[in-house]
Amino acid sequence: MSEASRPQRIVIDASSRPALARHVKMRQDAARGRWVILAPERVFTPDPIAVAVLTLCDGARRVEDIATELAATYSAPRDRILSDITSLLQELSDKGVISV
Amino acid sequence: MSAQIQSGTTTTVGDCARAPLGLLAELTHRCPLQCPYCSNPLELEGVASELPTEVWLDVLAQAADLGVLQLHLSGGEPTVRRDLEEIVAQAARVGLYSNLITSAVVLTRERLDRLARHGLDHVQISIQDADAANADRIARYAGGHARKLEVAGWVRALGLPLTVNAPIHRQNIENLPAIIELAARLGARRLEVAHVQYYGWALRNRRALMPTRTQVLRSAETVEAARERLKGVLLIDFVVPDYYALRPKPCMGGWGRGIINVTPSGKVLPCHAAETIPGLAFDNIRDRSLRDIWLTSESFQKFRGTGWMPEPCRSCDFREIDWGGCRCQAFAFVADAAATDPACSKSPLHGAFTDVARREAAEPPPDFLFRNPRHAARA
Repeated sequence: MSEASRPQRIVIDASSRPALARHVKMRQDAARGRWVILAPERVFTPDPIAVAVLTLCDGARRVEDIATELAATYSAPRDRILSDITSLLQELSDKGVISV
Repeated sequence: MSAQIQSGTTTTVGDCARAPLGLLAELTHRCPLQCPYCSNPLELEGVASELPTEVWLDVLAQAADLGVLQLHLSGGEPTVRRDLEEIVAQAARVGLYSNLITSAVVLTRERLDRLARHGLDHVQISIQDADAANADRIARYAGGHARKLEVAGWVRALGLPLTVNAPIHRQNIENLPAIIELAARLGARRLEVAHVQYYGWALRNRRALMPTRTQVLRSAETVEAARERLKGVLLIDFVVPDYYALRPKPCMGGWGRGIINVTPSGKVLPCHAAETIPGLAFDNIRDRSLRDIWLTSESFQKFRGTGWMPEPCRSCDFREIDWGGCRCQAFAFVADAAATDPACSKSPLHGAFTDVARREAAEPPPDFLFRNPRHAARA
């Protein structure tokens, strides 16, 4: 395998178009009444806001579009939301949960 | 607004009512490799006693109903089962996240493609070293290492996520930097640097496997540096050996707490080494439901929670962090499965436990007793 094909770290910014990584599944956990994200050897439990963010991560919307939508939904400052979700999505990208 | 994403265990809903997150399905004890640190018991179960397909399909449906989220298809080598496609398809049907834990040497590209099409979510391939000759010597399988690298390439080509699992011991620990580099080069997103845990075959081969304390500390530094360097590229999970530790590991995340294990013949265990503890009766999935065994069976209740603990564990501040460590290790070293894990510095035998590791690591390693049915009878 050549050096060129080695995966590189993804850096999330306002123009990234995130989506759940292939083979990562977000679903209801009926037995425990919550949402879970299933990934290789990992079970994540997103809170309702993280679920709201991830539900909008469809690979088409940009991070800034998602911030605009959430700002309207939650009546919160858009800049603050953009900054918060950019770091959240960077963290999730580093864990392999989302890709762009 | 601040979103939280937590990793790992469940919220507590009571010791007995909470469901396991993971099912470890040991489909078979057959395996083409003979790794001397295999986690299977010394008494390997034969092909004649293996559960038929329809029972496994039912076990998976029961597991999903109970609240299991992750399915670990293991062995032995799970791909020697001809019905693996049906089992993977059932996992997808009932909503279990499926993880194939394989040595990869008998996988074909066609079979892997079929498994992916049946809904397989993730593949974990074990490697014995970054050095092919040493890897093949440890697994006692000529050409195995090269084969694994080829299969890893197929996994990536099919778009499946790849984990590399590397058991670490004195006969490969100096190659850890090369092992990490190999995992990254193969396109793995996850690497398990797993210091061998001394149960089953590994306990029998401990003198041939135990690294020095200095080697263990250096391996931790190597992993820490690699985590930083490969952030966002390769997740590294590090399993430390507890012989040099001050506190015990939360073995299996606690007895009867997060994992349920079904053996090839259908025995339902709280951990894959639990059968080494004499006097514990294990139920078979052919006789009782998974839910019933999980909630009420004697073997799962025996060391669940903290009520069984003697002092100094019972009043220890860490009792709900390490859940008393490992019962199998307590039995193996102290001859009392309820005793304080000797890996804990509060155990009266902790000094003797650490001395064993220091002494064995300082001696030249004896030959391996390779894991195979012939040696199983002898061991």
